[in-house]
Amino acid sequence: MAAVTEVENGTALPRSNIFKRIHERYSSSVSQSKRYTRSRAGNICYICFLVFMGLFSVLPLIYCVTTSLKPLDELMIFPPRFFVSRPTAQNYLALPGLLSNLRVPLSRYIFNSVFVAVITTVLYVFVSTMAAFVLTKSRIKGKKLMFSAVQYALLFNTFTLAIPQYLIFSYLKIIDTYWVYMLPHIASTMGVFLMKQYMEGSIPDVIMEAARIDGAGYFRIFAEIVLPMVKPCCMTLMLFGFRDVWAAVPQGTVFNESLKTLPAIMTQITAGGVARSGSAMAVTVIMMLPPIIVYMISQSNVIESMNSAGIKE
Amino acid sequence: MIKKNKLNLSYEGSFKENLPCYIMLAPFALLFILFLVLPIIASMVLSFSEFDMVSMPKFTGFANYFRMLFDDEVFLTTAKNTLVFAVITGPAGFILSFILAWFLNEFRPGIRTVLSFMFYCPALVGNAYYIWQVAFSSDSYGYINSMLLSMGLITEPIYWLRDSSYVMPVIIIVQLWMSMGVAFLANISGLQNVNGEMYEAGAIDGIRNRWQELWYITLPSMQHILLFSAVMQIATAFSVSQLPIAMAGYPSVNNSVDTIVSYLSDAGTVRYEMGYASAISVVLFLMMIITRNIISRLINKVGR
Repeated sequence: MAAVTEVENGTALPRSNIFKRIHERYSSSVSQSKRYTRSRAGNICYICFLVFMGLFSVLPLIYCVTTSLKPLDELMIFPPRFFVSRPTAQNYLALPGLLSNLRVPLSRYIFNSVFVAVITTVLYVFVSTMAAFVLTKSRIKGKKLMFSAVQYALLFNTFTLAIPQYLIFSYLKIIDTYWVYMLPHIASTMGVFLMKQYMEGSIPDVIMEAARIDGAGYFRIFAEIVLPMVKPCCMTLMLFGFRDVWAAVPQGTVFNESLKTLPAIMTQITAGGVARSGSAMAVTVIMMLPPIIVYMISQSNVIESMNSAGIKE
Repeated sequence: MIKKNKLNLSYEGSFKENLPCYIMLAPFALLFILFLVLPIIASMVLSFSEFDMVSMPKFTGFANYFRMLFDDEVFLTTAKNTLVFAVITGPAGFILSFILAWFLNEFRPGIRTVLSFMFYCPALVGNAYYIWQVAFSSDSYGYINSMLLSMGLITEPIYWLRDSSYVMPVIIIVQLWMSMGVAFLANISGLQNVNGEMYEAGAIDGIRNRWQELWYITLPSMQHILLFSAVMQIATAFSVSQLPIAMAGYPSVNNSVDTIVSYLSDAGTVRYEMGYASAISVVLFLMMIITRNIISRLINKVGR
């Protein structure tokens, strides 16, 4: 009797259960160690490596936060301490005063940074998604060629292209405008690449067909069907686009102080030596927060959609 | 009215019918051509000329390339530094970002999320290297110096960023710190999505340990992601420039950490030798493309 029920259970087991079992085996450390046991030495190495890498990654960032909260006398202590004993916000409050000799107030830098980052990110996501949609689902000539160019162009970022892009900037007469922050980042091929690969796997042709039969044009299909379906990948593009433009330092293309963004003020503040290190850390913390917040918002979508990021050759 | 049969795979449809497609592609296509294709073509053309942005470019044949190879020791030093960065931080970053993702894959989802955030954080926050500037600061207030001093390992502070024998390793460490970026996220995602049935089948087919499982199942099913991650690491490793400029200044002591990219932006935007800078760019592009194609071949051999 027992054997029969076992067979019955075995055959009747729904597929999803099998996946669940496999998933459990591979996602929890306890059950996997039953499968292929690691030697004790292996386990020790594994833990040590993770702990070492974790500390290496995070300690500098924590040190940055604690230092930004130190009062002046604690900054001058020798040897420097890792933690802060009497935290204060004075380093943050002193920032506007430190920049007063630049004639451009701190708020202007913050405004520039936020303005440039938000506009660029929105345009980047929108432009890339539209282009990726056409490259995936349309049947226009030359789209294969275009995509392989995009795939190769992943190699070249704004640093390697600095000089030739500078020539284009000066030819277009947009040096010393907000455009030098925005345009090269919107042109970044990462967005189109990730989005196209994601769409390949997530938008079935059948849906497109159905929409066409109902008489929807490309614009409506894009806005009403495709956009909602690729939301996870849009979040991913948002993260990468924001991160890149937020940290961007234009190479000799912005001279007007009132157009500069937050990274530009770092050098001015750090020139002050140890006494200013608290304020410099405070700026670093302020710079760190926005990308971290964007990552927290988009995290699960990013991990979900990056799976399709492979380059197929 | 039902339109044409859309399952037909040929490039059909008149220009008018496809017009919406062209309109939607146009913004990206325009910017792509303007800021990627055109710059690359322009620098290939200008590399054979002398051009100072004021007078017309003057054709000089291969003069720029000869100057680079035989007449410019600074360029050769920067090329050497770039290669050292690329050879060390490229593969190290690539392997580290895979190994960490592979290790993290054993954890439960909640813990994995926290840990991957921890490892991704340095790359996420971008220009946070000021922290390392303080840590490796040359006076005794520098965190590393004061630690070594109080442990009695050294008697006087080391000039980490002003001494040509230390500055390279320091920059490499900081570069590695920031290298768990996009590639790392792609690896995490790819590992989660390796088909579980493959492991079951592998266990039946006689796979005995983790290493075999990694080599015969995990790596081959992640080939595309691995190539993507390699491309990302090549792109970063060859374009290292902001970090050494910020930490060691430009030019650094004995040019010991100046890279091609920092040298060419000096030649271009400071000295206005655009022809020469373009020639350097072309050499850099070639180095990157060749590396990419070699890596692509290597990755195709995985699991065989």
